[in-house]
Amino acid sequence: MQGVPLSWYLILSAILFALGVAGFLFRRSIITVFMSIELMLNAVNLSFVAFSYQFKQVDGHLFTFFVMVVAAAEAAVGLAIILTVFRNRATLNIDEINSLKY
Amino acid sequence: MQHLWLIPTLPLIGFAVNGIFGKRFPKSTVSAVAVGSVVLSLLWAVKVLAALGSLDTPHVEQYFTWFQSGDLRFGFDLQVDRLTAVMLMVVTGIGTLIHIYAVGYMAHEGGYARFFAYMNLFMFFMLILVMAANYLLMFVGWEGVGLCSYLLIGFYFLKQSATNAGNKAFIVNRIGDFGFMLALFLIVIHFRSLEFSVVLPAVSGKPEETLNLIALLLLVGATGKSAQIPLFVWLPDAMEGPTPVSALIHAATMVTAGVYMVARSAPLYQAAPLAMEVVALVGLATAVFAATIGLLQNDIKRVFAYSTVSQLGYMFLAAGVGAFSAGIYHVMTHAFFKALLFLGAGSVIHALEGEQDIRHMGGLRKKIPVTYATLMCAGFAIAGFPFTSGYFSKDEILLAAHHHHPWMYWVGVVTAGMTAFYVFRCLFLTFFGDYRGHHHPHESPWVMTGPLAVLALLSLGGGFIKIPQYLQPVLPREETAHDLSLVVIASSAGLIGIALAYYLYVLKPALPDQLAQSFRGLYRLVYNKYFVDELYDAVFVRPTVTGSRTVLWRQVDVGVIDGIVNGVGAVARIAGGVLKLIQSGNIRSYATWVVFGSLFLIVAMGLLVVNTAAGGAR
Repeated sequence: MQGVPLSWYLILSAILFALGVAGFLFRRSIITVFMSIELMLNAVNLSFVAFSYQFKQVDGHLFTFFVMVVAAAEAAVGLAIILTVFRNRATLNIDEINSLKY
Repeated sequence: MQHLWLIPTLPLIGFAVNGIFGKRFPKSTVSAVAVGSVVLSLLWAVKVLAALGSLDTPHVEQYFTWFQSGDLRFGFDLQVDRLTAVMLMVVTGIGTLIHIYAVGYMAHEGGYARFFAYMNLFMFFMLILVMAANYLLMFVGWEGVGLCSYLLIGFYFLKQSATNAGNKAFIVNRIGDFGFMLALFLIVIHFRSLEFSVVLPAVSGKPEETLNLIALLLLVGATGKSAQIPLFVWLPDAMEGPTPVSALIHAATMVTAGVYMVARSAPLYQAAPLAMEVVALVGLATAVFAATIGLLQNDIKRVFAYSTVSQLGYMFLAAGVGAFSAGIYHVMTHAFFKALLFLGAGSVIHALEGEQDIRHMGGLRKKIPVTYATLMCAGFAIAGFPFTSGYFSKDEILLAAHHHHPWMYWVGVVTAGMTAFYVFRCLFLTFFGDYRGHHHPHESPWVMTGPLAVLALLSLGGGFIKIPQYLQPVLPREETAHDLSLVVIASSAGLIGIALAYYLYVLKPALPDQLAQSFRGLYRLVYNKYFVDELYDAVFVRPTVTGSRTVLWRQVDVGVIDGIVNGVGAVARIAGGVLKLIQSGNIRSYATWVVFGSLFLIVAMGLLVVNTAAGGAR
């Protein structure tokens, strides 16, 4: 098969996903955490598309569109939440927003 | 098909209509429904009996299978034979009269529709009881009449004593019913059926011990329902209910269910001589015992209640000496005169606006003449005055008893004398002498005096309906002594009782108190009903209550049951207290859990795949 081998896509996808996880775990700003989530989603999208191309099947594309729709909806709701949180607490530090607990 | 089912169903419809809509109906509609349903039931019963003719063999109608288990079938089957025919006529006939009477008696009472709904329900269950073709259906009626008895004793449920009396009746009856149920279990085990037509002909092949045991357990049930020693204590208290209830349930019909059941099981009892002897002894002992208590009671209804217990004792004596038909004969005549006594007492109480103590009555002869005349008829009947109804049935029993054991006859004769004495003591104190109360007596309306008059005629002439001859095909008669002198002695005992009562309470009214003074100990013992209630209270009730309170409540309930429930709760709470720490509110800690969880899953699945691959390769 010509072109870029599948494993490269997968490795790139894994690197992007790991970066997303790391960003989610280690960054304090909610905005950055939020972007890390998007990064993880897109890493998964990349692997879907790669498999879809590799096996000449349309399922992966379909899943990607689903994920994109969900991500768009999530971005709208999530940013709205972040906005209200900032208005109420005047901070975006994730460690300080921990009142929803036992 | 004669549509036997209509006979019990008509009162059931009356119950349903009055029970559901009665509150919104005017009283006249409630009365029409209640009385009408019973009258229709009576008419249908008459029509059925007329159509069935001589009834030499039982007429059975099978409607549906109630339930089935293996080869055991329990059906909703009704039957009519000559025994049932007698009971049917008594129950529907007396029931009709008492329903009519109750329209007048209950006219000014609250809960009018409720009262008649319960009365109709009682009629339904009583008719099921007497028409059942198997022991199980009979037991349904048996329990049902017990329920109605409970509901109607506690009819004035705002009165503590009435609810207590209802509870007492129900609980004491439960004890008897327990024996009945054990008997049913034994019958199923040994006969593989509960049909009368299967069980009763099969008794000849069974061992005598088994039959004795079954018969004695059935007797336990009968002593509960028919208020015999040792379970008679509920009946006098049952007088808390309205008087028509006392007349219908606690005198004429329900309490005779035990006698009916024993008579129905006659072949079983005849094959169980020991049980027969016990039946006779229990009956005789109850007859004497209750009669002595009746001598000194002052509540008019209680006197008659003890009299009922005593007369039921006679019926059991009859059954015990083998004269089942004489027992049923007495059931019928007793239904006439005892219903009349109670309804008459109700009329007196009605006239005196609720007064029941005979010491506060007196001189009512002129003021309520119809009640007086009818009550005197009942008095003569129960005293066994020659050619009244009580005379025939009581003689039948006493002669059979003499044939069995002469001493039983003599005890019975003494009891007959006491019966005559206490009934006439009651009547003389009520109607003779001077009025000692402060009410303005008035005669009852015709709806009440009408039934009284009919019952008076039946009390006087009912004995000429020769029940023993009629029952000959169903209940073979025992040999009885045919000795005119025995009859004369029995009747004169009654006359002596009447004369003595007349002497003590009309001619020399001061004498009874003097006698009570001189026999103080004996008087107190009998006046307090031999302290049987107190004895039962000390032996059974208190230990049960104390045991329940200290052991069952404080130990078992609080310790074990609450302990388990609270323990489960505490475990959940402690575990939750530890686990809640995970919910820290820190988003990054959640994320860490998710990451480690995912990693764990991936590793676990990877290992699984490797293992399966290795397993497949092997």
